[in-house]
Amino acid sequence: MDWLQQLINGLALGSIYALIALGYTMVYGVLRFINFAHSDVLMLGAFAAFFLAPVVGTIFPAQSYLGAAVIVIIAAAICAAIGMLIELLAYRPLRNRPKLTVLITAIGVSLFIEYTCQHKAVFGARTRPFPKLIPDHNFHIGGIVIGNHDIVVPVVTALLLALLWLIVQRTKIGMAMRAVSFNPQAAALMGVNINRIISFTFGLGSALAAVAGILYAMKSPGIEPLMGIQPGLRAFIAAVLGGIGNLPGAALGGLLLGLLETIAGGIPGISNYRDGIAFAILILILLFRPAGLLGEVKTEKV
Amino acid sequence: MRWLPLLAIAALLGTLGTGCSKKSSDVIKVGEFASLSGKEATFGNSSHEGTVLAVEEINAAGGVLGKKIELLTEDNLSKAGESGTVVSKLIDRDGVVAILGEVASSRSLEAAPICQRSKIPMISPSSTNPKVTETGDYIFRVCFIDPFQGTVMANFASKTLKAKKVAVFTDVKSDYSKGLAKYFKEGFIKSGGEISVELDFNGGDKDFKAQLTAIKAASPDAVFLPGYYTDAALICIQAKQLGLNVPLFGGDGWESEDLVKIGKEAVEGNFFSTHYHPDVSSAKSKQFVEAYRKRFKNQDGTPKSPDAMAALGYDSAMILAEAMKRAATTDGAKVRDVLAAMKDFEGATGKTTINEKRDATKPAVILQVKDGAFKYVETISP
Repeated sequence: MDWLQQLINGLALGSIYALIALGYTMVYGVLRFINFAHSDVLMLGAFAAFFLAPVVGTIFPAQSYLGAAVIVIIAAAICAAIGMLIELLAYRPLRNRPKLTVLITAIGVSLFIEYTCQHKAVFGARTRPFPKLIPDHNFHIGGIVIGNHDIVVPVVTALLLALLWLIVQRTKIGMAMRAVSFNPQAAALMGVNINRIISFTFGLGSALAAVAGILYAMKSPGIEPLMGIQPGLRAFIAAVLGGIGNLPGAALGGLLLGLLETIAGGIPGISNYRDGIAFAILILILLFRPAGLLGEVKTEKV
Repeated sequence: MRWLPLLAIAALLGTLGTGCSKKSSDVIKVGEFASLSGKEATFGNSSHEGTVLAVEEINAAGGVLGKKIELLTEDNLSKAGESGTVVSKLIDRDGVVAILGEVASSRSLEAAPICQRSKIPMISPSSTNPKVTETGDYIFRVCFIDPFQGTVMANFASKTLKAKKVAVFTDVKSDYSKGLAKYFKEGFIKSGGEISVELDFNGGDKDFKAQLTAIKAASPDAVFLPGYYTDAALICIQAKQLGLNVPLFGGDGWESEDLVKIGKEAVEGNFFSTHYHPDVSSAKSKQFVEAYRKRFKNQDGTPKSPDAMAALGYDSAMILAEAMKRAATTDGAKVRDVLAAMKDFEGATGKTTINEKRDATKPAVILQVKDGAFKYVETISP
């Protein structure tokens, strides 16, 4: 019975990692670089919901699924705009520079957001209580407890993964994204507006981060400017584990990491080494499958 | 060596400073360092307000040795490394005769060696780590230390909660948490109890369900959770979600209004130990609460109730004034001797007796979260 409960805990946690990992992997797929500011957009999403909740609560019934959906959509739109702005100001001027330059800039943007938000005049360093967006229900089945959050998170992740897959594989803009990913120069020659596609990719990725941030804050309702760092790091690892650039791979990697962490964390005596154990297993997997679980091994011609 | 001239100038200015202030020899300068801004600002401000109130009361009653006390306060921004700088300045430039501070043990530990070297008595209001006063014989504190707090919670668990099996959930990132967990376990096993399971978390984590599921599986009667209030609140929430319906209890790291703001109904009914509570009735304590509520206001203008940090800040200044009175001088060595022999000093937090390790032997109080406020449960004496 105990392991079943841990399975549920692990899936709920892993789904959030999966959702964040989708954003990392999508930007990587198109631009071939890791957007380290992704985890901070996640935090901004949670704060957007924090400030939106009282406002939306006056129009829609408080603690309802409808109200929560409205908050999530507005927060996602705000974060999409922020993501596009970050790309426009920080990454676009460096588009043709070495990848390392952009990577360092991404770390700089991440630190800039974190420490600006910690300032008293912005959010402050204090942990804020995150409001309840949906009512609490706990279902007791036998000895195990399934909260409605534990159901909402995987369902939302699955829906967004499906939606994302549809956008990338079945729409015109998705085809353009794949084209830019395959060869930006050739795509530009074929009349694809590269700036617009990259901007769209960042917007989409940041919207996902906002949703993940809100789900994460609903799970443990204390938010602060550095809250994105830990889940962001783990989601990045999850994206690599699944095969970076691969959407289902990111989801799989996230779920696996969540499960591993939960199982290690639930064993007395070694719960201290929870992250160490989870990451050691990841290293082992990557040793045998360097491209990740679902990644394709490409032989590069020299 | 480029800084040598600078140092010489600084020293010169220092002498000039003391030279100029000859006329102010009718005041006694006391230095205070506190975290008035930064991430532990609420702790620092409470402690500072208590200290200010004490100095104002002393001066209103005619001061010490016929002189008024002048409190010089420096902010260390809650940052590591700042306390050493500001305390050196207070001693070398301002020529203070004693130092009061700090709440956080790590920052008291930065200032202590400087005070010890300069033979300036230092009184920490609320640093509970045993190492603080081990620095030297000029370093005192007016609060209890973690070994005592751990033992108090062990007695509380076995006697009041009537718990036979207790789970311990420790923050492995914090020395405070690890120390408290260690002393709790020793005390609880000695009193015949059993530690059913031990699990760890990292302070700042957001998901604790894995460990809490394992704790629930061990079906303890209660869970000891030594940690800081943010983590404690989140853990209480997730424990409730998993249906772990046993009391959770912790130490003075829980005492913050944010515990209730974040934890809401999930922290209801849980317990923690701390130094003081306004409801504990001693005449002196009531007097302090009244004066404090008159002097300080909340943001919305209502009278502010003092917390443990404020009461200990008050006591640190009061006990220093008393020591100077009894020594009939502000000389560091003599004040030190009187402080070391201080017995049954009546302050806002009850009677303070300084033991041979220069720590205060005093009772701890247990509080319970009830209707969003901290309610007094009992006092446990050493």
